[in-house]
Amino acid sequence: MKKLGILLKGIIKENPVLVLLLGTCPALATTTGVISAVAMGIAATAVLICSNIVISALRKAVPDKVRIPCYIVVIAGFVSVVQMLMQAYFPDLYDMLGVYLALIVVNCIILGRAEMFARKNGIIDSALDGIGMGLGFTLALVLMGSIREVIGAGTWAGIELTALKPYAISIVTAAPGGFLVFGCLIALVNKFFSGKSKKTEFSCEGCPNAAACNKASCETEEKEETK
Amino acid sequence: MKELLIILMSAILVNNYVLNKFLGICPFLGVSKKSDQAVGMGLSVIFVMLVATAATWPIYTYLLAPNGLAYLQTIVFILVIAALVQFVEIFLKKFIPALHKSLGVYLPLITTNCAVLGVTINNITDEYTFIESMVSSLGCGLGFLLAMWLFAGVRSRLEESDAPECFKGIPITLVAASIVSVAFMGFGGIIDKLFA
Repeated sequence: MKKLGILLKGIIKENPVLVLLLGTCPALATTTGVISAVAMGIAATAVLICSNIVISALRKAVPDKVRIPCYIVVIAGFVSVVQMLMQAYFPDLYDMLGVYLALIVVNCIILGRAEMFARKNGIIDSALDGIGMGLGFTLALVLMGSIREVIGAGTWAGIELTALKPYAISIVTAAPGGFLVFGCLIALVNKFFSGKSKKTEFSCEGCPNAAACNKASCETEEKEETK
Repeated sequence: MKELLIILMSAILVNNYVLNKFLGICPFLGVSKKSDQAVGMGLSVIFVMLVATAATWPIYTYLLAPNGLAYLQTIVFILVIAALVQFVEIFLKKFIPALHKSLGVYLPLITTNCAVLGVTINNITDEYTFIESMVSSLGCGLGFLLAMWLFAGVRSRLEESDAPECFKGIPITLVAASIVSVAFMGFGGIIDKLFA
């Protein structure tokens, strides 16, 4: 039951994109269509599961002080593997995702889960956490991709919706639409799952850089407020 | 010279990294509450982008590409950037404490900023020369600074606005970002007109 909880919490209760507000860059950039959203979700999930397993297995071997660089090397290794696999077998998707595929390295979700979960838990739990978080990420991306593609282009995963096609609002697939749809989705999650998601600000808890920056930016903010 | 100006202007206005390419959203939303912090972060990003490009471009062109190691690009770039940021921080702390005091807190945050890694990778994929790469990095950094600074102004108004309960915080900030992004869409095509 506990294992199932670890698996499921990433999908709704701690959805990385809509509740924890991690990985906003790919969530905005690759959701212009359903296909690129699915591709991004699967690529990130694969990296997340593998890096969670390896980091969890190495958690006693890696000294605390150099753990962040070690995590980055592990994650960058898996990202390169995914990049090469995609370039070989799905060249169209590789071109579609472009630089964002390489940028999985700095996706806050992956470093964040390594820092928050994998380094404190066993291999199986970490793998389940990776699967759950990856699924949550993919689902959120597909949801956003569907909304933007249906409203913005009148198609869904390339299938033409004849009823909607003439009323397509192309700005929704452009950059401003990304911000707008994302903002409205978070507001909806706040509205209907209120109490579950209280996080309305970026804080050090969810920030994977917190360990590296020693809460520098947060502390200066607090200092300024107390002045 | 004209090509360099085109690269610079299009990086600042048309292909703005934050508002058009969605790179560096975390600092854009996290550190844009006050305009002085936004400017500090923006300046640090420009600085790190320039240093990172100056380091990664020669490494890729003279070390990785001739030896058939181009597939190591992602790993090498992120490690170089991370090490470089640490080094710059130590250097500033020791020799220019005043600058370290104003930029120091932002530097570690930038290590894992996707805008910095993004600009170094883009310079390689766009096949820019060294000078063009540096200019494009400067442009991207300036564009980031511009977006941060403008948005800090918008946000100071947002703090006092009476938004619906569920929109408070990040959602209304994203909606505002969307409107600022529409404004930047207006720059589309300006480069062709300016340099025609």
